[in-house]
Amino acid sequence: MTAPHPATGGAPAPGGTPGGAADGEAFDPAAAAARATEAILHDTLHGPHRGVVVDSPPGAGKSTLVVRAARELAAAGRPLMVVAQTNAQVDDLVDRLAREDPELPVGRLHSSEPHPYDPVLDQHPSVRASAKVADLAGLDVVVSTAAKWAHIKGVEPWRHAIVDEAYQMRSDALLAVAGLFERALFVGDPGQLDPFSVVGADQWAGLSYDPSASAVSTLLAHNPQLPQHRLPVSWRLPASAAPLVSDAFYPYTPFRSGTGHGDRRLRFGVPSDGSGPDRVLDEAAESGWGLLELPARRTPRTDPEAVGAVALVVRRLLDRGGAAVSERSADPVPLTADRIAVGTAHRDQAAAVRAALAGLGVVGVTVDTANRLQGREFDVTVVLHPLSGRPDATEFHLETGRLCVLASRHRHACVVVCRAGVAELLDEHPSTEPVQLGVTVKFPDGWEANHAVLAHLAEHRVSWRP
Amino acid sequence: MSLITALARMEAVRDRRARPVATVRHRHLSDRPLVFVPLTTAGEAGAPLGALVGTERDAPRLLVVAQPRDRDLRFAFLAELAEVVLPYVDSYADDVDLEERKETDPETGKKVPVQVELCADAPQLLVPSGAGVEFVRLLGRSMRFRRTAEQDPETPFPAPARVPLLGRWLTHYGERSRVPGSCLLQAMTDLLTRHWATGQSHLEDQHLGALLAWIDPPDGMPGDEAALRAESERDAGGQLLCPPAGPATDPAFDNKLLAPAMARYDAARMAVAGAEDGARAERHLAELHRAEAEIRELIASQMRPTWDAVWRGLDLLRALPEGARVAERWKRDRWSYTGHRDRVRAGEPPQPRVDDAVTAAQKLAARETAQAQLEAQEALDDPLVMAGRRLAGEAFAGEVAEVVMAWSETKVPRPRPLVTVRTGDRPHLAEGVKLYRVLPDGRTQTGEFAGYAEPDGPDGPADPSEPDGPAGPADPDEGAEPARPGDVPEGAEGALVVRLTGGMGRGKTPEQGSVPEPGDRVCWTLFEHAPRGGPELPDPEATPWTHGGPPEAAVAQAPDPVTEEDLL
Repeated sequence: MTAPHPATGGAPAPGGTPGGAADGEAFDPAAAAARATEAILHDTLHGPHRGVVVDSPPGAGKSTLVVRAARELAAAGRPLMVVAQTNAQVDDLVDRLAREDPELPVGRLHSSEPHPYDPVLDQHPSVRASAKVADLAGLDVVVSTAAKWAHIKGVEPWRHAIVDEAYQMRSDALLAVAGLFERALFVGDPGQLDPFSVVGADQWAGLSYDPSASAVSTLLAHNPQLPQHRLPVSWRLPASAAPLVSDAFYPYTPFRSGTGHGDRRLRFGVPSDGSGPDRVLDEAAESGWGLLELPARRTPRTDPEAVGAVALVVRRLLDRGGAAVSERSADPVPLTADRIAVGTAHRDQAAAVRAALAGLGVVGVTVDTANRLQGREFDVTVVLHPLSGRPDATEFHLETGRLCVLASRHRHACVVVCRAGVAELLDEHPSTEPVQLGVTVKFPDGWEANHAVLAHLAEHRVSWRP
Repeated sequence: MSLITALARMEAVRDRRARPVATVRHRHLSDRPLVFVPLTTAGEAGAPLGALVGTERDAPRLLVVAQPRDRDLRFAFLAELAEVVLPYVDSYADDVDLEERKETDPETGKKVPVQVELCADAPQLLVPSGAGVEFVRLLGRSMRFRRTAEQDPETPFPAPARVPLLGRWLTHYGERSRVPGSCLLQAMTDLLTRHWATGQSHLEDQHLGALLAWIDPPDGMPGDEAALRAESERDAGGQLLCPPAGPATDPAFDNKLLAPAMARYDAARMAVAGAEDGARAERHLAELHRAEAEIRELIASQMRPTWDAVWRGLDLLRALPEGARVAERWKRDRWSYTGHRDRVRAGEPPQPRVDDAVTAAQKLAARETAQAQLEAQEALDDPLVMAGRRLAGEAFAGEVAEVVMAWSETKVPRPRPLVTVRTGDRPHLAEGVKLYRVLPDGRTQTGEFAGYAEPDGPDGPADPSEPDGPAGPADPDEGAEPARPGDVPEGAEGALVVRLTGGMGRGKTPEQGSVPEPGDRVCWTLFEHAPRGGPELPDPEATPWTHGGPPEAAVAQAPDPVTEEDLL
């Protein structure tokens, strides 16, 4: 045990980093996580404050916490509303609530569009879905998106609310719904992508209520006394990934993996054919990370060679009969297409990868941008590096959250496909964003985080010329 | 930068001349715009040095501050500016149309129709560049909290009458210009770059002279060469032939010409003040006038080329026909102008220093809606813009190959015809994605993507199977993922099936002309044509605890406190 104990009820030891080495007996991840959860629930149920903020690193059991808090509040006779950001998140949450507590009356408030919610919810007898909030009056838990809640007017405020993915919620969205509740638990991952606006919002930068900032930053700016907690253990990220992600993206709020180095393994039935994609897969299976480096070149966003390499890696991943061993089951679980995801920075890149995968006959692999992969989990991810082949490093491509999302979706291994020369590109493009008065500087900046990840990936590099 | 803009820029480099990126004019241009070319003093933020302003191309009004550090001269400049700008702004205030609008009755709480005034036209302010727009904002900010002697007899440095009012109008115009597609205050460089792509960077496009050189180079000269000359060519005295469009001045001008002239002016003023008798005073006064005239001439020489360039830009833009939906957006500008006219008339205080939480959120939401509407409307108005959206996978155009009638499986069956469109475009589609198109009568028809059609018959599109895939092409009907198989060879056409879901009237059979027929050219977009705004926000007095509660009204509207820096 070399690291300071990262889980003391939400009061992190600043600057400490979790040990990269194998866990000592002193650290029991389950116990640490349980202690943190107890403290959060205590503040939520019995604390004097109107708000409680919970920072959760990737895969730290955020949804589990939300479900548990909702059930305990309901059990304490306090009906609540839950605000999530997307319909998929709402459906997911309602489904989990209904599965874990089939007796709990849950309302799914939805839009009046056709197919407004996942039909799987209709299988739960305790779930009532409606586009009108009046139909759901009296239910213990009512769940909807922030966008839908914002249109609800003239109702008695809820005594309690849970705001999920609060760091991805914009301040103005919170403004529109905050009148609906008296107190709230805000849960989210500060390391993921910040909310954004398609029009300039510089004129409000530095104001405590900048409408384009995240809901949590506004909330804390106006209510600095609110208790802030932190979930200390990532159950998703393997022991090979947690230290890197923690160091690179959460330098002041470190976390650890819930599993040790031997707990997860990835094996292939078919041996390597010696090609680049196969070698990088072996490297990733062994170490958790793999970098497939293509020759340096400036390319359009939909770099055909890089896109082709991504598709080929996925194809080989499926062809080689991968099997994953984890704490979830004693026997190896076959690595199927639905356990694999490809992450890109841009939508046209995702479209190009989909086309290339279809060309190789691959079906069922999730391909999406970082924004849409937020909150999702896979066994293996293949990432097209946001800076690959670019002549410049813009704020968009350097955004810390983008890389963090892409590098933290996997339970076993992550393969990054990238053109050589990104380190030099970074050195040529230091961050040049203007300093805005009153704006809290975000650490780490994307430039630093990119370098940290790149330096680590360099140890798992396979150079390849397609 | 979109793919099509990147292409246009590369073509501009190759052809050494700007490429049009629009076939119609996407911004409203007034018949009588007020052109405002300001200059600022180096080293002192917001100190005006001079301006050319007016609605007549041949007769700009020249305003000059001979010694910008002198606050009295600065106020005199602002007062003079108000004399030019305010009558122009007011000249649009009384020609009104009556519009019907729903308003909430304060007694019953019901929405009732009321007749309200809408100004028939609105004043339009044009500045040379984006920095000019910023300068308008800065001027507005510096003036609107000033107090005149009439407003506050105690104020130690009263502003001339009308100056605070000018500040409020400039603030309004500066703020309105942040709304995408708004036209009350525009920069000529923004107008030109919206319609032409040059072979230089966005930063270089901010130089009005260089930008015009790319778009309309002098006879026989390639655009890049003309642009280089506009940017950097100097005369024997080291002065730029094409001075910057401001408001910042060229340092060589400041150092070599302006500073000595100002020193002479200062010396003459000192001499007048220190003159011992009338005859000498006369002589010194003549010197002072000479020195002032010299400065006026110098400053005019820096602004006149920019003034002419703005009008040349106007000529180029006026040659383009106005887009069909530009008037609709201009109407919103007219509402904006009318609204501020009403606030001024009602004696409301100047705009607060910073927005409160609710106002900021409302403005952001309004601008996001305006941005979405602008993007949609520009594409619908202009086939070249639509081509860019098609290239980006956000729209597709093609010929209707087949129409199969179908009905929904509801109690009252509704028409849901399936339209097969043959297209070479490659939109980013997934099953169920919503689609929109404009009907011949101008309404919007909705549809949804129903899948890829099987290529059929000998004259169907070539089978787009891929050369080296280990497995056969994916079944086009499988999964919700976009299932475009492989790389479609260049020029090959795919066939998409669109299920019409709206715009066909209320009956069981679709209205005449609402369903396309085989052979028709159709263009579907993946984006909405009239995106709606966000939800209603609480009143500022009901700002929730998460956002600091209701704002304190008094603080926001108080005049600026006088600091030591104000009294140098």
